[in-house]
Amino acid sequence: MNFADENFELREVQKLEGHTDRVWSLAWKPTTGVDGAPAVLASCSGDKTVRIWEQSSATGSFQCKAVLEDTHNRTVRSCAWSPSGKLLATASFDATTAIWEDVGGDFTCVSTLEGHENEVKSVSWNASGSLLATCGRDKSVWIWEVLPHNEFDCVSVLQGHTQDVKMVQWHPSMDILFSCSYDNTIKVWAEDGGNDDWHCVQTLNESSSGHTSTVWALSFNASGDKMVSCSDDLTIKIWGADIMSMQSGDENAPWTHLCTLSGYHDRTIFSVHWSREGIICTGAADDAIRLFVESEESVADGPMYKLLTKKEKAHDMDVNAVLWSSTGNKLLASASDDGTVKIWELGSSSGQKKLQL
Amino acid sequence: MTLGLINANPVVHAKKERIARSDDPHADVDPLEIYDYVRDIRDPEHPYSLEQLSVLSEESITVDEKLGRILIMFTPTIQHCSMATVIGLCLREKLKDHFPPHFKVDIKVAPGSHANEESVNKQLNDKERVAAALENPNLRQLVDECLYSNEL
Repeated sequence: MNFADENFELREVQKLEGHTDRVWSLAWKPTTGVDGAPAVLASCSGDKTVRIWEQSSATGSFQCKAVLEDTHNRTVRSCAWSPSGKLLATASFDATTAIWEDVGGDFTCVSTLEGHENEVKSVSWNASGSLLATCGRDKSVWIWEVLPHNEFDCVSVLQGHTQDVKMVQWHPSMDILFSCSYDNTIKVWAEDGGNDDWHCVQTLNESSSGHTSTVWALSFNASGDKMVSCSDDLTIKIWGADIMSMQSGDENAPWTHLCTLSGYHDRTIFSVHWSREGIICTGAADDAIRLFVESEESVADGPMYKLLTKKEKAHDMDVNAVLWSSTGNKLLASASDDGTVKIWELGSSSGQKKLQL
Repeated sequence: MTLGLINANPVVHAKKERIARSDDPHADVDPLEIYDYVRDIRDPEHPYSLEQLSVLSEESITVDEKLGRILIMFTPTIQHCSMATVIGLCLREKLKDHFPPHFKVDIKVAPGSHANEESVNKQLNDKERVAAALENPNLRQLVDECLYSNEL
């Protein structure tokens, strides 16, 4: 894909209103846009609810199809669909993680995972949907095994971070877990020999050219050999691992720092997401959304990235989450302290044509 | 929670004279107006206002209207004040809907005024930590007492 010749810009497609407090996080349903299935997006909020938005195939506009309420009694901070799209996990400041099942548009809470001592901040499913990970202010990362009949069994409680853990994210193809924290580090966790013996195999800290303040989020590229992280230190960092080693089963293949993008953000960067086509999107506390792509000037000893476009005042307040949809109609969703979710389309600013990705 | 006061003998100052301000909702964001709005917040430990204990003064507040940034520096009464984060929460809660939505508020302890300056500042400016703290009923009650106790 050639980003060199044209100017690109983000166009607002729709503003989704309904939440009565800040929106913290988003999740596109995995079956979104596939085989004619409508695009579905979940959003979670300080208003203690989760809203499900569905795109109408007729008009293309999103409508709120369901409000998941009366379960969490504090902020819902994070949500994640299982890979099959049948379950939605929601993590809350009330110290629980709820599992919801979608039965023909009706969502029922089928399980509640307890164990964290205080606020749960993130939840993530592995690629096969057999494992779930959560993390929180109690500094721990929990790994749960997904069993039949909506049963969940805790298989490991991982200690190691010295502060509040902000996000957990499974590698896109391997059962390796990544976490990032208020302690300024990113940790990599893997299982030793497949007998539930999980431990930290790597820590990316300041001495590994890591961040110098809270790391809020991380995201992988499509091939899983690169990762991008964003931080309160106003930078985003690109990390890489030896894909050949990883694929031949070496889960301990080390991650190394490839590149730091600084000078583009002057307030905390809360969210970063790498699209399947290689566009890195950030959402920050200056109300803006930025897109980065690999630069044509990338050299043999390391990739370089450039700013593709910046959408100032994307929202009226901080942008807490940005998320590319995974399939079908190429959309970007964003969530904000202003209580709204916005849907965007990336297009060329020279003409009317929508970017075909 | 310790039973004894962190600082049993605070220095108390007289309140400064108040100047009547206009009620114009379209007035620019004025540091003195902000100060007026927060000066009477009660200290979490003592029956005095943050102004009386010199935790806040007119100089505490700086505004960059062009960028939409507000900085509040406060001075805890002692170096090891464990109430510093509570004071920060009180300021945030009081100022919650006080500005146009795009304004960003940073709250810090005055340089050199606290033994754990960096750590306190980091907590005060992590909005997720602030949000979770204000959902905690015990902290919430303490903050409400500081904000809503009777006129001193």
